[in-house]
Amino acid sequence: MVLTILSLGILASLFGLLLGYSSVRFRVEGDPLVDKVDSLLPQTQCGQCTFPGCRPYAEALVNGETEINLCVPGGEDTITALAETLGREAVPLSDEHASHVPSLAVIIEEYCIGCTKCIQACPVDAIVGTAKQMHTVIAEECTGCELCVPPCPVECIDMRPIKPDISSWTWPQPYMAYGAKN
Amino acid sequence: MSRLYKFPGGLKLAGHKTISTRQPISKAAIPDRLFVPLGQHIGSPAECTVEKGQRVLKGQTIGAVTDYVAAPVHAPSSGTVVDIQKFPAAHASSLPSDVIIIEPDGKDEWLEREPIPDITEMDPSELRNLIRCAGIVGLGGAAFPTFIKLNPAGHQISRLILNGAECEPYITCDDMLMRERPHEIIDGAKIMRHALNAAQVIIAIEENKPEAIASLQALASEFDWLQIQAIPVIYPTGGERQLIKVLTGKDVPSKGLPLDLGMVVSNVATAAAVHHAIDHQQPLISRIITVTGSGVKSPQNFEVLIGTPISDLIELAGGYTEDADRLVVGGPMMGITLKTDATPVVKASNCLLVQTPPDHAGEAIIRPCIRCGECVKVCPVKLLPQQLYWFSQAKYLDDLQSHNLFDCIECGCCTVVCPSHIPLVQYFRFGKSEIWKKEQETIKADLARERADAKTSRVERIKAEKKAQHAARAKKTAAAADRKKEIEAAVARTKAKKTADIDTAINQNTEN
Repeated sequence: MVLTILSLGILASLFGLLLGYSSVRFRVEGDPLVDKVDSLLPQTQCGQCTFPGCRPYAEALVNGETEINLCVPGGEDTITALAETLGREAVPLSDEHASHVPSLAVIIEEYCIGCTKCIQACPVDAIVGTAKQMHTVIAEECTGCELCVPPCPVECIDMRPIKPDISSWTWPQPYMAYGAKN
Repeated sequence: MSRLYKFPGGLKLAGHKTISTRQPISKAAIPDRLFVPLGQHIGSPAECTVEKGQRVLKGQTIGAVTDYVAAPVHAPSSGTVVDIQKFPAAHASSLPSDVIIIEPDGKDEWLEREPIPDITEMDPSELRNLIRCAGIVGLGGAAFPTFIKLNPAGHQISRLILNGAECEPYITCDDMLMRERPHEIIDGAKIMRHALNAAQVIIAIEENKPEAIASLQALASEFDWLQIQAIPVIYPTGGERQLIKVLTGKDVPSKGLPLDLGMVVSNVATAAAVHHAIDHQQPLISRIITVTGSGVKSPQNFEVLIGTPISDLIELAGGYTEDADRLVVGGPMMGITLKTDATPVVKASNCLLVQTPPDHAGEAIIRPCIRCGECVKVCPVKLLPQQLYWFSQAKYLDDLQSHNLFDCIECGCCTVVCPSHIPLVQYFRFGKSEIWKKEQETIKADLARERADAKTSRVERIKAEKKAQHAARAKKTAAAADRKKEIEAAVARTKAKKTADIDTAINQNTEN
């Protein structure tokens, strides 16, 4: 009886020590699930999900505080991927009328007054310029989030849809109806 | 004759080749307008170096390279640049691409050319540079810049294989080139062998081209390093990896290159182009193209300037027949259907095929996959087309990759044998481009994430710095207030002392 209690007690404390040590030694910084969910989001940082960026939305998703169907730029593909990762049911996009056309912000430079308001709004630092100097958008870095549009006092920012060209063209999904002619 | 091997799968197809080999290669006249696209090759498009209204000479560089994997483009004839604009490309998308439009003056005046000294004395890298400047790309259809292929990159090259298999039905441009101009191919082979320092050159030709084999054989006996090899007629034996398998029995690794086996495969027409570039200082401004199919009146091979509109070539071949209904660039197996014949001939165009309804499976009805496995039997790469088809339909991109979709050469054997007439290759092309698109999106998202993180941390840092500044200022103000109080206190003390001193003095005076 005493021996049993003693040996089990010793074993328990040994394992406890081991667990305690490994939790310190193999500590994971941050939440890996948040990173994973964040990597599924399109990183437009547009805030259409009502969160102030992709990572905050990822955090809220992991904490189960919000729905998985709020990401408009990601669309159906993102919802499917999120459903799979988070083990939730895939649901249609919350705003069924929201359609996302990949576009780029373009500053009409002759109207720009150099107020820097759009620069402060851009979540990815894709606008260059300084006070009272003309601003311009770095096309390669613009995510098309539209956050720079409302702050502009002279309405000189246009969202222009990205035109398909040969270098970005992809094959369409074959239309398949059984019984149709090949 | 050395031992030959077999690759898995493949098909025996009806050749339909004789309809376009009855006539010799005919030189097409200079068209009214030349439409020279800047991106005709794999890699970055060339950058325009001419202006609207400028006169250009034949062979003059009009598009310069901006990247390593790229090829320059040259003026196919002398004339005036009338415009530089977007024009529909000979591409599956028919989307516009940048084109230099030249109005030839009919003089066909060459740019002054400097003779190239004896190549045997020349350093291979110098030779490769000359080939690069001549804008030579693989003429078999892929249009990969040839100078990169001719770089052994530290490998010992045992064999240079010149591909004259031309296994796809209808196409005969390489066959006619080998029949009529074998010396051009052999002279090109000499140069390529020198660039690669290759021990041996094999020209591989399918057995159904006896005239081509005979004409090359007649010249080959002079060279101990050259071997003409007839190979069995089985589609797609002209695929790079399939050809290596047939000739050597070796498999090129899935993510490897023929170079890893000490081999380089190039098309016979590319060898002829190399010969023209080095021995005659002629950049790649023309090519031989087959115009064939039951939809044109007199099928034939033409030597045509790059940039000639396809409609002009159809005219030369007697025009369309009444029932012509589909225009394909390339062969019936791997070619792409064009929406318009206004697009120009580019470096990669080897064949124009005009089909009539009985040619293509226009009446075939698509039915569900019955998992019969016929496609697996014919796949020359040993893939599982029926499985890839399901994955592609469901957009399971990870599964597509783990089932080696990117090893698919899009030969079309599976589509031909499918009893349910499922357009399998279409699904594989779709799958490949979806994976590619996702990769591009990931790159863009990673960049955006990095920049968003940088901005957030910068904004936070600035906020913290401002807070610290405020705190410091507040402290300073407080310190200044304290100091003021101290001084006031000291002043008060001194004042009090002074008053006290005066009082004492007065008191003393009164006492005295």
